[in-house]
Amino acid sequence: MAATNVIEVTGLRKTYGKLVAVDDVSFEVREGEIFGLIGPNGAGKTTSMECVEGIRKIDGGAVSVLALDPWKDSQELQDRIGVQLQQAQLQKRIKVWEAVDLWASLYPSTVDGDRLLEQLGLDDKRDAWFMTLSGGQKQRLFIALALIHDPDLVFLDELTTGLDPQARHAIWDLVRDIKTRGKTVFLTTHLMEEAERLCDRVAVIEHGRIIAMDTPAALVREHCPERAAIFQADGEVDAAVFERIPGIASVDSGDSGFTLKGRGDDFVSEVIHAISESSIRVRDFRTETPSLEDVFLKLTGHSIRD
Amino acid sequence: MLRGLFKLTWVELKIFLREPMGAIGTIGVPVLMFVVLGRIFQKRAELSADVTTFVAVFLPIFATILIALSNVLSLTAIISIYREHGILKRLKATPLRAQTILITHVIVKLLLTVATLFLLVLAGKTFYTAEVQAHPLSFAAAMLLSMLSILSIGFVIASIVPTARFAQPVGSVILYPMLAFSGLFFPLDALPEPVQVAANLLPLTHAVGLLQGIWTGGAWSDHLWQVAALVANFVVCTVLAGKIFRWE
Ligand SMILES: Nc1ncnc2c1ncn2[C@@H]1O[C@H](COP(=O)(O)OP(=O)(O)OP(=O)(O)O)[C@@H](O)[C@H]1O
Ligand SMILES: [Mg+2]
Repeated sequence: MAATNVIEVTGLRKTYGKLVAVDDVSFEVREGEIFGLIGPNGAGKTTSMECVEGIRKIDGGAVSVLALDPWKDSQELQDRIGVQLQQAQLQKRIKVWEAVDLWASLYPSTVDGDRLLEQLGLDDKRDAWFMTLSGGQKQRLFIALALIHDPDLVFLDELTTGLDPQARHAIWDLVRDIKTRGKTVFLTTHLMEEAERLCDRVAVIEHGRIIAMDTPAALVREHCPERAAIFQADGEVDAAVFERIPGIASVDSGDSGFTLKGRGDDFVSEVIHAISESSIRVRDFRTETPSLEDVFLKLTGHSIRD
Repeated sequence: MLRGLFKLTWVELKIFLREPMGAIGTIGVPVLMFVVLGRIFQKRAELSADVTTFVAVFLPIFATILIALSNVLSLTAIISIYREHGILKRLKATPLRAQTILITHVIVKLLLTVATLFLLVLAGKTFYTAEVQAHPLSFAAAMLLSMLSILSIGFVIASIVPTARFAQPVGSVILYPMLAFSGLFFPLDALPEPVQVAANLLPLTHAVGLLQGIWTGGAWSDHLWQVAALVANFVVCTVLAGKIFRWE
């Protein structure tokens, strides 16, 4: 049985004056999955997400979220989704617990706010004014506010930007926990590691268009199928031995040794096989498997941090 | 429909009182001015009957209108700051409605106004000898209606001004001419016909008329037209504000 789609976006278009921020974007997010949107700065991630959240009015296409029209049925939708915006502020002098308490009063049912603050490492900041929080603490508070009513669908726009590694791991755990409880998560991120670890599927967006969409592993397989075996060998070695390895794409030998690149799931074992067949003495053997980062680099022509 | 109204009002009230000048600026300053002005005129009152009328009739109305106008300006300032800083945008991503947010701030303003007026009345009792003809509850009702109607102009301004820096001048440009032609400073009969017609379209004019009437012991039945105008203004402005409200 196919999972139902929680979000369906078809031909979404959004313009700011003359600037086309999002153009003909289509994707769907399935119930119970973690879906990630990745792309360089200004690609249109936030814009797409905010159109889905019902915060921005779309200029074209169709968006359906939990079978509702996010713009027209905004009120009804907001009850069931949790939103963390990339950029947001609260009243300067609102206390952390007051914000959580206020948000809790807006929804029909909620989880324990104190426990949530504890999970997010904010329990000792309960009585602090919003304006006195550090950037990462504000970020964590906004995540708490997005989760206070235990929504069916959670939106996280750059969920770990500005967080220290410890907080980042805590939030990854929290997101996995949301998924385990059968909820759906739609996130954007600049961290390929984060996308790879968390997301069931990712879409790569550039210049307002989606240029690839699949599971992280499938994207790597499709766009960066080459693996590399890198080693140093003792004595004279005839490079021709390596040319015969099935799936081999290139053989480089330099001061630091050999770099063999090739395709196929068996490539590494084929390399090991060839080495032992030819009784080559090897020091220092390592392999390199491409990651989402490499896919991103290949698809967009630049690193995510550019 | 107005979910979160009570909590939000309570939180906003606390936040307001935490501001360095919050309580002093809104409550302390008007009371102080009232007392000082009253003291000055009180001394002269023994010399002239005009001054007594001024203190007894003009000053209470003037104070009410000024409080209402300062409420409008402070409402537009707060909402535009919330808009500028993205607080409204964050609130949009909740089940809160625009009206709830506006009403919250109105309630906060009214509560502060009540506190101010309470002190003013106390001060008045202490410092003034002038007789009051109005029934306190009746005048309070007239004030509430006038205040809400004038504040609703603030809803409209607050719904659209993009930044706090805009809010102040826009508010002033709209409000002060209204004040000038409200009939508070000079009788409208003295003005040319077209100006009189224009003045009668302004809600402030009706607020002044109603307040003066009730303050001097007039009956509500003599002011039905003004009540209708104020209610109509409130309804139109509130509905319009809900329609044009911009979250960012
Ligand atoms: N309110 C706005 N008014 C005008 N242009 C905007 C507005 N918001 C975004 N844009 C433009 O739309 C484009 C897409 O912006 P968006 O915020 O969606 O990018 P993003 O992918 O989220 O980028 P980032 O990684 O930096 O968060 C950018 O070129 C941006 O300048
Ligand atoms: Mg963004």
